[in-house]
Amino acid sequence: MKALYSLFLVFALVVVSVLGAGAMEWHSLFGTVIPYAAFLLFVIGFCMRVVNWAKSPVPFRIPTTCGQQKSLPWIKHSKIENPFTTSGVVVRMLLEVLCFRSLFRNTKIDLRSGPRLTFSSSKWLWLGALAFHYSFLIIVIRHMRFFTEPVPGFISVFDAVDGVLQLGAPTIYLTDGIFLLAIAYLFIRRLVVPHMRYISLVADFFPLLLILAIGITGIAMRYFVKTDVVAIKELTMNLVQLHPVIPEGIGVIFYVHLFLVCTLLVYFPLSKLMHMGGVFMSPTRNMASNNRAVRHINPWNYPVPVHTYAEYEDEFRERMIESGLPVDKQEGVENV
Amino acid sequence: MSNLPKADELASKIDYMPPKGDWMDLPLEIKEGRYCYASNPKSVEYVGLPNPRSWNPLDDDWKLPENWQEIILNGMRERLDRFRTFKVFMDVCVRCGACADKCHFFIGSGDPRNMPVLRAELLRSVYRGEFTKAGKILGRFAGGRKLTLSVLKEWWYYFFQCSECRRCSVFCPYGIDTAEITIMGRELLNLVGLNIDWIATPVANCYRTGNHLGIQPHAFKDMIDFFCEDIEEITGILPEPSFNEKGADILFITPSGDVFADPGTYTCMGYLILFEYLKREYGLKVTWSTYASEGGNFGFFTSHETMKRLNSKMYMEAERLGAKWILGGECGHMWRVINQYMDTMNGPEYQKSHMETPVNPITGTVFEHAASTKMVHICEFTADLIKHGKLNLDKSRNDNIKLTYHDSCNPARGMGLLDEPRYVIKNTCNHFYEMPENTIREQTFCCGGGSGLNAGEDDELRMMGGLPRANAVKYVHEKHGVNTLGCICAIDRAVFPDLLDYWVPGVGVTGIHELVGNALVFPNEQERETDLRGEPLPGKEDE
Ligand code: SF4
Ligand code: SF4
Repeated sequence: MKALYSLFLVFALVVVSVLGAGAMEWHSLFGTVIPYAAFLLFVIGFCMRVVNWAKSPVPFRIPTTCGQQKSLPWIKHSKIENPFTTSGVVVRMLLEVLCFRSLFRNTKIDLRSGPRLTFSSSKWLWLGALAFHYSFLIIVIRHMRFFTEPVPGFISVFDAVDGVLQLGAPTIYLTDGIFLLAIAYLFIRRLVVPHMRYISLVADFFPLLLILAIGITGIAMRYFVKTDVVAIKELTMNLVQLHPVIPEGIGVIFYVHLFLVCTLLVYFPLSKLMHMGGVFMSPTRNMASNNRAVRHINPWNYPVPVHTYAEYEDEFRERMIESGLPVDKQEGVENV
Repeated sequence: MSNLPKADELASKIDYMPPKGDWMDLPLEIKEGRYCYASNPKSVEYVGLPNPRSWNPLDDDWKLPENWQEIILNGMRERLDRFRTFKVFMDVCVRCGACADKCHFFIGSGDPRNMPVLRAELLRSVYRGEFTKAGKILGRFAGGRKLTLSVLKEWWYYFFQCSECRRCSVFCPYGIDTAEITIMGRELLNLVGLNIDWIATPVANCYRTGNHLGIQPHAFKDMIDFFCEDIEEITGILPEPSFNEKGADILFITPSGDVFADPGTYTCMGYLILFEYLKREYGLKVTWSTYASEGGNFGFFTSHETMKRLNSKMYMEAERLGAKWILGGECGHMWRVINQYMDTMNGPEYQKSHMETPVNPITGTVFEHAASTKMVHICEFTADLIKHGKLNLDKSRNDNIKLTYHDSCNPARGMGLLDEPRYVIKNTCNHFYEMPENTIREQTFCCGGGSGLNAGEDDELRMMGGLPRANAVKYVHEKHGVNTLGCICAIDRAVFPDLLDYWVPGVGVTGIHELVGNALVFPNEQERETDLRGEPLPGKEDE
């Protein structure tokens, strides 16, 4: 049901753009106003979210440790999984952000009669997530050739490597295929794995379908519905150079693609997609585990009522004396 | 006590298939055996927590203050501003499900709301519904809910079905720590007087007497004297521990469970033997405190504030006695608090000037990694002594034991104390077998009774939650004939005997310093016939 809602939403977005840019020919609205607005909302929204998180302090240092602490010199310390220094933290974060370290650790549980539990390694989610994020990244980088003139060398390199499977013209990009497969996997997983379906919200299906639709329109434009690439490049360059002029001859499919991208940009800071920024902010991962050696400060620490020794002794003094426990005060006389 | 079903029966009921429909529509059913009794109003009152009254979770009316919604929502707002963890964790979960089958309570019960992600969603949905624009406007469509009475009851039921073990956090790609969310949830519940008695009463007791059972100082001393007599019978050596002594080098604090409940008492005898040995051989002065006689911190399961109120005693007492540093016994959440909270909470306020970076006066080792907290774990201390050849250990005295080791969640995942206890084990025991890889070290499974859930009335919950751990023990029991589970946590020592009896009969439980106590040879001690439990030593069975 939730997947259907999301599908319907994405479909509605497509219809809006087909009607707006196609039937009504509001090209400057869809080609300049909306993209500018979306881009601005994305940047401002993203920053605001991160700043908002950063405004809340980290009162306690509570990293999740995944390895041996630093203690006695002859005990091998796990420098990365239980970092004691900033450099350890940096490596830990890099592993997390670039290699999805925690997902790599994933296990799957089976219960057989007996009862007998078994745990097996389960790397599909890791693989799917990694494939999705990296192909997405490469596609974004490849797109930079529309926004730069001359196109920097490294973008062309990406382009060439990605298009190494030269099966006729236009070149087929490897990432396009991987991207579609990965996103389909992530979507289907949510639909068919019962507990995944159970925990999923509209907000989980919607971005997947939106991104899928972006991918499909992009691929369609490249391989099937021919559009004027030169005109598109002209449009994007105009956008970047801040003198928006819309060239003639751009197909509706491009406006649909662009509109979906704009939707994603606006939706991004409002949603769980902010995990992109959040992963850097997570105190269980981005702090060194050196609490016992270096004092961490809680900015809102405040005094609390405590039960002092004097109060304690007042209550139990007689019995303490009887059982031979030393006391501070004896029958009203200070005993220092 | 509820009517606990037989092990097979309980196991056969586990079903990982979630029910039909949306979880937000799933009715809440508070099941016998899966919840702890409500707190005794006297305890709540003693420490000045809100809304003391007697109430029953099975009643419709939980006797909440009139403006409970306002209290909770304000409390949430305040905590969102105070804890970045809370704010970020409310926002960035992608519901990837990596944590879903990592919680022992889910594994053992199949209850979908025990999946960490859903446990957090219980709170997160209200965050969305009450605090975010999208959730306020779109409601359920955006995954938001309003804070209703049934939502509050759901919170209470499920936040007290989380042992705050942080296993889920190990697997989350963003390090989302459901324990941290549970901690916030419990703080919020406490604001309107929703607690459980197995937490509230120990809190009040610890505050008043220093230990969770409310034992008064003279009785505390009597208990320890009693162990000393037992030790004398077994070894011919009478330890003479000191109490509340000013000018001792080291203040020793252990969970009071070690003093009052088997099999922790044998671990306590182990400490006594070790300290006596160090006193006789090296002149080390260790003192116990009756005032700070609880290492475990039940306040941690209530609120950050209550945690601080109990914990500050450690430093105040070290200050009063003039101890150079503090040595801590084998305890789980005590070490979570010491490692991650204590120095921050108390800071210079209670930790005054004269304490020093801990140095082992016998070996000269400087515990640099504890330079600020000034508190050393006894496993670190003993491992250091062994490494320097300062202890005369006869491993063969533990030859009756085939041991496996349970990494207690808090020391293992909270601080990474993994190899020190193993080193001590390998030097005190000849037969040691590890449980399977996915169940030890940082991936260890909770005993099922952590974070104040070790009550009699929630035995079904504990048996379910302890299933993954027990299952791994069963594996080594069958494969290597393991007959003893070692651990370094007092809650473990209290939980495991019943749990293992239920799932893996024939496996006993020991603390690591019980092994040390058994193996340690005093110069001119009498020949031991039995171990600390009074069981015949290997080779002495027939005499
Ligand atoms: S692993 Fe983390 S991101 Fe994934 S569902 Fe669990 S809490 Fe959410
Ligand atoms: S902290 Fe432990 S008990 Fe709580 S949800 Fe996570 S795995 Fe379960």
